[in-house]
Amino acid sequence: MSDYSYIEEQDFDQKVDLNIWKKLFAYAMRYKKTVIAACLSMVFCAGMDIVYPLLTRYAINEFVGKSTTEGIHWFILIYAAVIIVQAICVCLFVRLAGKIEMGMAYDIRQEGFVKLQELSFSYYDKTPVGYIMARMVSDIARLSEMIAWSIVDLLWALTYMLGVVCVIFVLNWKLALITMVVIPPLAFICVYFRKKILKYQRVVRKTNSRITGAFNEGIMGAMTTKTLVREERNSTEFEDITSEMKRASVRSIVLSHTFMPLVILLGSVGTALALYYGGNAVLLETLGETTIFGIVGFGTLSAFISYTAGFFEPIQSLARILAEFQSAQASAERVLTLINTPCDVQDTPEAEEKYGDSFNPKRENWEDISGDIEFRHVSFAYKEGERVLDDFNLHVRAGENIALVGETGAGKSTIVNLVCRFYEPTEGEILIDGEDYRKRSQLWLQNRLGYVLQQPHLFSGTIRDNIAYARKDATFEEIRAAAQTVHAEEFILKQDKGYDTEIGEGGIRLSTGQKQLISFARVILADPRIFVLDEATSSIDTETEQIIQNATNMVLKGRTSFIVAHRLSTIKNADRILVIRNGKITECGTHSELLKLRGYYYDLYTTQFREEASRGILNEAK
Amino acid sequence: MDERVKAKKQAFNFKLLSYFMKGSWRYLLLGAVFMLLAVLMGYARPFIVSFTVDYVIGGIEETDMPAFLRSWLDASGGRDFIVEHFVLCAVALVVCQLINATAIHFRGRTVGEAAEGTAKRMRDELYRHLQLVPYDYHKHVSTGDLIQRCTSDVNTVRNFIANQMLEIMRTVSMILVAGIVMYSLNLEMAIASTIMLPFLCVASFVYFRGVKRQFTISDEAEGKLSATLQENLTGMRVVRAFGQEASEVEKFTSDNKTFRDETYRLMKMLSTYWGMSDALGYTQIAISLCYGCFMCASGELTLGNLLLFSTYTSMLTWPVRQLGRVLADMGKATVSLGRLDEILSHPVERETGRALTPEIKGEIEFKDVCFGYDTYDDVLKDISFRVTPGQTVAILGSTGSGKSSLVQLLQRLYTCTAGSITIDGIDINDIESAHLRRSIGIVLQEPFLYSRSIMDNIRIINPAASDEEVFNASKVAALHDVVMTFDKGYDTIVGERGVTLSGGQKQRVAIARMLMQKVPILVFDDSMSAVDTETDAAIRDALKANKQDSTMFIISHRITTLCEADNILVLDGGRLVQQGTHDELMAQDGLYRRIAHIQNLLEDELKQEEGGGTDE
Repeated sequence: MSDYSYIEEQDFDQKVDLNIWKKLFAYAMRYKKTVIAACLSMVFCAGMDIVYPLLTRYAINEFVGKSTTEGIHWFILIYAAVIIVQAICVCLFVRLAGKIEMGMAYDIRQEGFVKLQELSFSYYDKTPVGYIMARMVSDIARLSEMIAWSIVDLLWALTYMLGVVCVIFVLNWKLALITMVVIPPLAFICVYFRKKILKYQRVVRKTNSRITGAFNEGIMGAMTTKTLVREERNSTEFEDITSEMKRASVRSIVLSHTFMPLVILLGSVGTALALYYGGNAVLLETLGETTIFGIVGFGTLSAFISYTAGFFEPIQSLARILAEFQSAQASAERVLTLINTPCDVQDTPEAEEKYGDSFNPKRENWEDISGDIEFRHVSFAYKEGERVLDDFNLHVRAGENIALVGETGAGKSTIVNLVCRFYEPTEGEILIDGEDYRKRSQLWLQNRLGYVLQQPHLFSGTIRDNIAYARKDATFEEIRAAAQTVHAEEFILKQDKGYDTEIGEGGIRLSTGQKQLISFARVILADPRIFVLDEATSSIDTETEQIIQNATNMVLKGRTSFIVAHRLSTIKNADRILVIRNGKITECGTHSELLKLRGYYYDLYTTQFREEASRGILNEAK
Repeated sequence: MDERVKAKKQAFNFKLLSYFMKGSWRYLLLGAVFMLLAVLMGYARPFIVSFTVDYVIGGIEETDMPAFLRSWLDASGGRDFIVEHFVLCAVALVVCQLINATAIHFRGRTVGEAAEGTAKRMRDELYRHLQLVPYDYHKHVSTGDLIQRCTSDVNTVRNFIANQMLEIMRTVSMILVAGIVMYSLNLEMAIASTIMLPFLCVASFVYFRGVKRQFTISDEAEGKLSATLQENLTGMRVVRAFGQEASEVEKFTSDNKTFRDETYRLMKMLSTYWGMSDALGYTQIAISLCYGCFMCASGELTLGNLLLFSTYTSMLTWPVRQLGRVLADMGKATVSLGRLDEILSHPVERETGRALTPEIKGEIEFKDVCFGYDTYDDVLKDISFRVTPGQTVAILGSTGSGKSSLVQLLQRLYTCTAGSITIDGIDINDIESAHLRRSIGIVLQEPFLYSRSIMDNIRIINPAASDEEVFNASKVAALHDVVMTFDKGYDTIVGERGVTLSGGQKQRVAIARMLMQKVPILVFDDSMSAVDTETDAAIRDALKANKQDSTMFIISHRITTLCEADNILVLDGGRLVQQGTHDELMAQDGLYRRIAHIQNLLEDELKQEEGGGTDE
């Protein structure tokens, strides 16, 4: 994920866009009662925070001032009650804010995930997985944490500030006015530094992700570095980055260590003002004189000193919240964009009405598929103006095996993508069993589709889970039968726990060939009418090659199939071979028909034959 | 997990830490001094208030005053002077805080310098070390794990220096200073004001030790959530093709729920802690205040001192509460240091021989060379052959037959387990490895490109090379025309963070890169496998014209490539089964001839197909 962090850290000094935040706050408001309860407990909390200095003031005035401890048991009881209320409120608000945070994160992730299941492949082809991961995991975590906690923090800061101002005004409004002169510069400093600090931290984060990248490069490229004798120079270049990191970090530390002392200093000016004016008043009182402040007393003086020392806390909170919102705006935008991305491929309302959507399919209305596919004047472009297919026509009868050959980028995968309805034609139509497939739902087609990728994808879980991926209700006998059909059972039984062996991290690592066999078994079990195979190009040993070849034949039997073919045996066995060049069919026919043309296919066949055969001989000798 | 548990048992590696901190100690020491100053000045504020209340406003007799204060007061002109110039109290307060603020600022600077300096040293050392360890090391460790150690473990140690170490020192000195002041003023009151603090500290320590497990559970739940998401995203085509969206959502929902619930459970634990420790802290303040009231009432304590005690108490509760947490987290730094030590204790490549730097002509001899990655399984067995300068040697063999190992031995990326390799009659173990590698240009089958422009990649060994030289090399590698079709041409950024080139394009960049140096020995390790046959031929022609009198090794299984070589080595299962020129090998019955005969096989088949075709 760190690989993409640098994309996120673009500079954005934008104004807070309320619309974006309104949408995100709506997620928090799903927990309206919790939000209200959290706010209430926070208000109480702030209230208690204000009460403590007043309690001290009372104790000074009533007990110390009068040199008596009469009635102190009541005072102790009240103090204890305040402590208990405070403790309960703290406990409550942490809990409630946590609930809001986790609830929000859960909801947004859930919505995002469902969206991701619907998004078209045009989105996936443009968006790296790491980018989506960063949005779904860290951005959402950051935003929900920020929103949940800023609600309570904001409320605390406002209540506390308002409360303190009210209290000190009631205690002595003139003294209050004087001590409050430090608030405006305090607020200014807080806002100014918070923004600056965040900006510097961003530089630190950016540099940090560069360091991670450099480590990655240093490790992945170790062999090349050695052959080029570049160890020293790499290290020197790396030191440049770490020096930059050190500079940026120290700068950021110095900044925050300029900010905090300034706040402390300003706070002490407030205290000093209270001490000077208040203390002077008390002093004169003891001498029997009065000042413009009226009667102050030791209790009030101590309360003022306490309050002024705590002035900066709510202001700092507010400044922090403001700065955080500003810096998280880009995250918010990216998350909302993900959730609101329109799907290019969508079922029509009529189709959805009849066939149901992905999550609530109405299988009872589904027609069977026999597998007759027709491309009628199909044109297609991934990007506007760059046509990959142009007026493409093809009729595949049910059960026919089609091999697609041609260079990378010629349009083979596009044809496959269109058959699967991962994309839809820009012009023209694709008919399945004589009917435009857009009139039906995506799931109607895709539930009857089998697909094996060049790099076969298995999910974590057991081998059994993987074979039963498309048919969770399959019995063990059915699963075994499927594995046997493609001769996968032999190697499966060799594993520690047979069918129940875990795959991937913590489990076994399978070779590409073995993964492919499991994917084939998966298809056999799903028993689709249409099958798409993107053959692996990587070389495998002859034995596995033979097994895979047999498995392929088993899967192809009786199914309409499209194969992006790389192996001669697969190509030769196909019912029809299509040579695709620049989005058009240039040659079409059986193996011997195409050889006679002495065209592209002939060239391809002869070169590839040589390579495959020599590899075969070498591996045989092994 | 196991590894972490194991590492936990190890002692704190102070030696390694002080090695990393070399040069940073003085900053840390200076930071400690500033910190101490800040602590002292921080305590001055309540002291001044107390002094003002008691002696200036309260008018308490000077005889009750501690001796040092009295002498100070006398020196400044007595109480009357201060009463007259009351503003002095306020000024003293601000001045103390000014010193405090300055001290905090400089503490930040110095400690930041120490921590960041140490972090830099750690990173630099780790990076350099990873560059210098033998290549074999990289084959046996996982990249993700190494990066994890180099980033987050470094951060843990840095935080330890910047926050934990100082936080502990600060809290301890705060307790000491406050303790001394309080106990010297009033013993009874001092006890009342600190009685709960040990409980608070122990409670937070025990609590954070206990909650660690839940932290791990929550982290793991997040990891699982990420893994499920990533799996879904990378397997999206399979999910769609089988119409399994609904079951995927089900899987995700369950992980999402677990993560939410486990983290919420953690927060509930935290909320109890915060509530409880708040209550404990305020109880301490209340005890101090109420006890003070009793003492004031009986005349044993002055008002000013009451204020002083209660302020000190509230100043102490927060750091003491944190202290428990910091102590509970201390183990992390030990684990991290242990993990870093594991990397650094692996020995780096060293010259074992005479480290000669002779001018290399390119005469190479392998004599009974054996090699295995593991001692029990030899990859190469008894390989012997001779190459004269300027010769082209081709190597043919199946996957895993030891071809790549053979050329890697030549560069001493590995050392042979038996036999010897000599260049111009000198054992390669006696040639300085950098000199040796600089004299051999090697292009790997899967070359690595650095994250920078194509231009910079090609001239990576010789950054001073002109554009013209780059273009020439690029043309020889049949790369120039391809690059010109890119929007940004040679400025296109490639590698991890740039555009992804195809396998063939990467190989060609690597060829061009190698051509930027004049080397006596060239090695192509199947480095044109991803290039089509025509381009392959073009590159070879250009190379031939360019290579002058360099000795050249080519690993390939294209007969057209092989047959032009002066000497062809056929490897099978780690043994050299055949060697000779094309003509010699064609005269023998063996692998080579069988492969060469495929041409005939093909023609037979074509004839058959065409014959069959006309019959139908």
